[in-house]
Amino acid sequence: MSENAALVVSDIHKKFGDHEVLKGISLTASKGDVISLIGSSGSGKSTFLRCINLLEVPTSGEIQVHGENIAFKTDKRGERIPANSRQVEQMRSRLSMVFQGFNLWSHMTVMENIIEAPIHVLGVSKAEAIERAEEHLNRVGLYERKDYYPAHMSGGQQQRAAIARALAMNPDVMLFDEPTSALDPELVGEVLKVMRGLAEEGRTMIVVTHEMSFARDVSNHVVYLHQGVIEEQGDPQEVFTNPKSERMKQFLSPKY
Amino acid sequence: MFDAAIKIFSNSYTWAHYWEGLVTTVQLTLLSLLVGGLLAVPLAIMRTSKNKLINWPVWVFTYVFRGTPLLIQLYMIYYGVTLIEGIQESFWWEIFKHALYPTLIAFSLNTAAYTTEIFRGAIEATPRGEIEAAKAYGMGWGLRMRRIILPSAFRRAIPAYSNEVIFMMHATSIASLVTIIDLLGAARDIYAKYYAPFEAFIFVGLIYLCLTFGILAIFKRIEKKMLAHLAPR
Repeated sequence: MSENAALVVSDIHKKFGDHEVLKGISLTASKGDVISLIGSSGSGKSTFLRCINLLEVPTSGEIQVHGENIAFKTDKRGERIPANSRQVEQMRSRLSMVFQGFNLWSHMTVMENIIEAPIHVLGVSKAEAIERAEEHLNRVGLYERKDYYPAHMSGGQQQRAAIARALAMNPDVMLFDEPTSALDPELVGEVLKVMRGLAEEGRTMIVVTHEMSFARDVSNHVVYLHQGVIEEQGDPQEVFTNPKSERMKQFLSPKY
Repeated sequence: MFDAAIKIFSNSYTWAHYWEGLVTTVQLTLLSLLVGGLLAVPLAIMRTSKNKLINWPVWVFTYVFRGTPLLIQLYMIYYGVTLIEGIQESFWWEIFKHALYPTLIAFSLNTAAYTTEIFRGAIEATPRGEIEAAKAYGMGWGLRMRRIILPSAFRRAIPAYSNEVIFMMHATSIASLVTIIDLLGAARDIYAKYYAPFEAFIFVGLIYLCLTFGILAIFKRIEKKMLAHLAPR
């Protein structure tokens, strides 16, 4: 494994009851990598992303952030849980997540959403947090909307605000969970444009997406998941123009 | 008919007595809401716990206090404590021999029970995604509760809570049954003094009405400020 690996996830299994959703998935993200996770609905790609920051606890497998392994233990009912909640909180503060449903805190303005975690989790001063937030808001083109509440903005604006919130953590890795799937088609572009900018800036990103053009043109590595296993992965140009597996070929072929 | 009214309301004793009652009613209302509200916050958090040992006792408390009439609760606490052996010799008697304290305790516990359930509902209605985002940004349980869940839940609870405030204000009128001279107690005195039930009670009814409008006006302002994020734009 490379020296500058920001994130190493190895052999993740996840079971919900008897149903095994993830059957041994490994992934390494080096600094500056933009990795796209693609696959049809139910392939486990979102679950895998949620396992990385432990919103779902993997049934087995290891997660390593900047060389530090997350410790697990088994609780009274025999379920695997993180051993140290402080460690998990610290790890999560270094991986920020952008959700399909935005999940902005609805009682806070855009500005308050962005400075919340930097102040209360990272311990940044309010003045500094605001200054940085303004930069990020400019970055996503929402400076004029900083005093708006989420409910008073379009989906595209909310998602860009959520990206600014993620940037404000100065994260080692950004996790995107289908960031454009809940958006009206005409709003998808503004979000993808911001994400492309971030990729070009050298941000480390893991993106679960249905946007094939984004996966092909922006990411430097594509992982295709099918029924909980990695069916195919590699350089996007290679994978998209020359898929080796039958399923990947099917997945990429026109559906109509 | 007006002769009686003129006779009653030209007497300064009447006004002084009603004033005394008004002050008592406002005090009873504010104090029980304050104590009840402070109790309700931790109780509501406990009530939403998945741990049965934590949530079940609170459930019992809220169901007992919401399931029985406030007047019975008041009698139980007002008369009931006198039956506790030795209490009349103890320091607690200093507190319980006055009607005010048992009354405040009954009212506070009663409004605490209702408010607990209002807050519980509001806490449980917190959008799951917002809690998930808080987790994903490294917030622990305490921080999530303090910064995300409670601020959002309290706002959601305001409309239902304003009803509780009005009900509580009206409910304080039963304090008059344990010798406290609140607004209704004052009205009963005036009625007894002049044998003029209509004038005495309609006047006090109007005062309650004005208080209610006052509470509504205050909550309207609070809602405008605190629920701005839900207002249509």
